Amino acid sequence: MKERILTCIICPRGCTLRVTLDEAGVPTSVEGNACPRGKTYAETECTAPMRTVTSTVRCTDGSVIPVKTDRAIPKRLVFDCMKEINLLRVSPECAVGDILIEHILGTDASLVVTGKKP
Amino acid sequence: MAYLSDEKISFGIVIVGGGPAGMAAAVAAYDAGERDILILERDNALGGILRQCIHNGFGLHRFGEELTGPEYAYKYERMVEERGIAYMLDTMVIGIDKERNLTAVNRDRGIFTIKCGAIILAMGCRERPRGALNIAGTRPAGIYTAGTAQKYVNMKGYMPGREVVILGSGDIGLIMARRMTLEGASVKAVCELMPYSGGLARNIEQCLNDFDIPLYLSTTVVEIHGKERVEAVTVAEVDERRRPKLETARTIPCDTLLLSCGLIPENELTKDAGIPLDAITNGAVVNGDRETDVEGIFACGNVLHVHDLVDYVSEEAVIAGTSAVRYIRGESGRDADIALKTDGRVRYTVPQRITSLKDTVVYFRVADVYKDAYLVVKRGEEVLYKRKKQKLAPGEMETVKLTEEMLKGDGGELRLSIEMA
Ligand SMILES: Cc1cc2nc3c(=O)[nH]c(=O)nc-3n(C[C@H](O)[C@H](O)[C@H](O)COP(=O)(O)OP(=O)(O)OC[C@H]3O[C@@H](n4cnc5c(N)ncnc54)[C@H](O)[C@@H]3O)c2cc1C
Ligand code: SF4
Repeated sequence: MKERILTCIICPRGCTLRVTLDEAGVPTSVEGNACPRGKTYAETECTAPMRTVTSTVRCTDGSVIPVKTDRAIPKRLVFDCMKEINLLRVSPECAVGDILIEHILGTDASLVVTGKKP
Repeated sequence: MAYLSDEKISFGIVIVGGGPAGMAAAVAAYDAGERDILILERDNALGGILRQCIHNGFGLHRFGEELTGPEYAYKYERMVEERGIAYMLDTMVIGIDKERNLTAVNRDRGIFTIKCGAIILAMGCRERPRGALNIAGTRPAGIYTAGTAQKYVNMKGYMPGREVVILGSGDIGLIMARRMTLEGASVKAVCELMPYSGGLARNIEQCLNDFDIPLYLSTTVVEIHGKERVEAVTVAEVDERRRPKLETARTIPCDTLLLSCGLIPENELTKDAGIPLDAITNGAVVNGDRETDVEGIFACGNVLHVHDLVDYVSEEAVIAGTSAVRYIRGESGRDADIALKTDGRVRYTVPQRITSLKDTVVYFRVADVYKDAYLVVKRGEEVLYKRKKQKLAPGEMETVKLTEEMLKGDGGELRLSIEMA
């Protein structure tokens, strides 16, 4: 049995989670979470950590617009995702909510526009 | 947006600043039945500082979903548009007085004056400039506040540097550590003068730990090196009295130093109008309605005190917006005058006094980290409220609700304190 201490990143409260893992590294119990989402977080974090990526995309006129993956992607793909984002050139007329890339890197997340051109 | 005639020189409620506080106050005033509302914003769009906060983590309280800063701002912008609330962009408010005359300037109208039924101050805050920080050494290029760097990267698409040291562990600094790392920079260290971080635990986890960026507590930058451009900084640990221990000094090569040393409410207008400020919050002293000591002038959001979550900014703006409507209708109803005092452990409260006997949510911050402590509200020796708190930290704003029942009593002052177990 092993123990891992994590900080839940799901909401600003940032609970300290104490996770017990079995020999195979699979979580068997979670303590310290103030809500059920903390337990789910601890379980994925110990097995297959996920992160949402937020960044900016270059427009054809040189300006930038903000984007995000509309759900978390595997943490190990974060830098690859940044590469994809930095290769894009989009129209400065993009609207909030427009999808720029579907199934980015084969995940079930899409890259979407989150704001207007500054 | 509503058509604005050039001749219109009086409004029911005028809001200074079109950030999340200003927009939420306007929407709340509209929803409370007021139609004669105007928002004045000096920038070229509504949204305030959220336009550059492209990361997510906003809106969980308010909308039950996780949004990025621009998305949160956009939701409010839509609400303003849907209601047809009037706003003027590229318009800077340059003065207000106690009779609620407001002076503003823009390119179309030049300098003009508006007579206001009520004014809501929502100018936000700005970062502490580095001049205030007294670091020895040269003053080369490559030193920015974290917020300025955020604006460069997220709104102008320009990287301010490649090898970065960050002084101060406030949330903006932590967020920028991740942002610059994602864009290919190497963040060498985050140094924090205090023995604890000023930012949220989740940001230490997802912005520093995710990328193995070290956080050095009780450490500061003692010298900046470089002639034209930053070449390195010398950092050293500090003792309990925050004096650098020079024997611990070491030099870290870098081309950029970001300063994330806290925010100060932007209150030049407030001061010039003669509105009393609280020495600790640097914002106006207000009552439960978020009305300042000058009748009919309200304040909300970061101009009142620095919030760590925009959700609370919106919540406070709703109070200011609806109170302003009651004020212009003559329904403010002041039936009390109760001062709220604090001990040294509670640094400040907002509001600072209560002028009406109704349930009031009080926001406060503590001076240090306290574990297993009690939050206590007393009138004289009488304990009105006592609740155990596992952990209280200066980086996190806390709230306590004073009920009508607690306020009634004999009307004497109330004291909010932290008692150790
Ligand atoms: C650099 C920075 C980064 C931040 N990052 C985060 C974050 O990641 N998460 C978070 O929850 N909070 C963050 N904050 C705090 C954030 O400011 C608040 O959550 C929220 O944006 C405050 O809203 P506000 O409307 O009070 O202020 P602001 O958003 O600052 O809006 C104030 C508005 O008033 C306008 N204004 C000011 N003076 C005048 C004048 N004289 N005339 C006309 N208009 C005027 C300004 O242009 C601005 O648009 C950050 C703050 C800063 C400074
Ligand atoms: S456990 Fe729940 S309350 Fe605690 S940080 Fe995670 S999501 Fe927030």
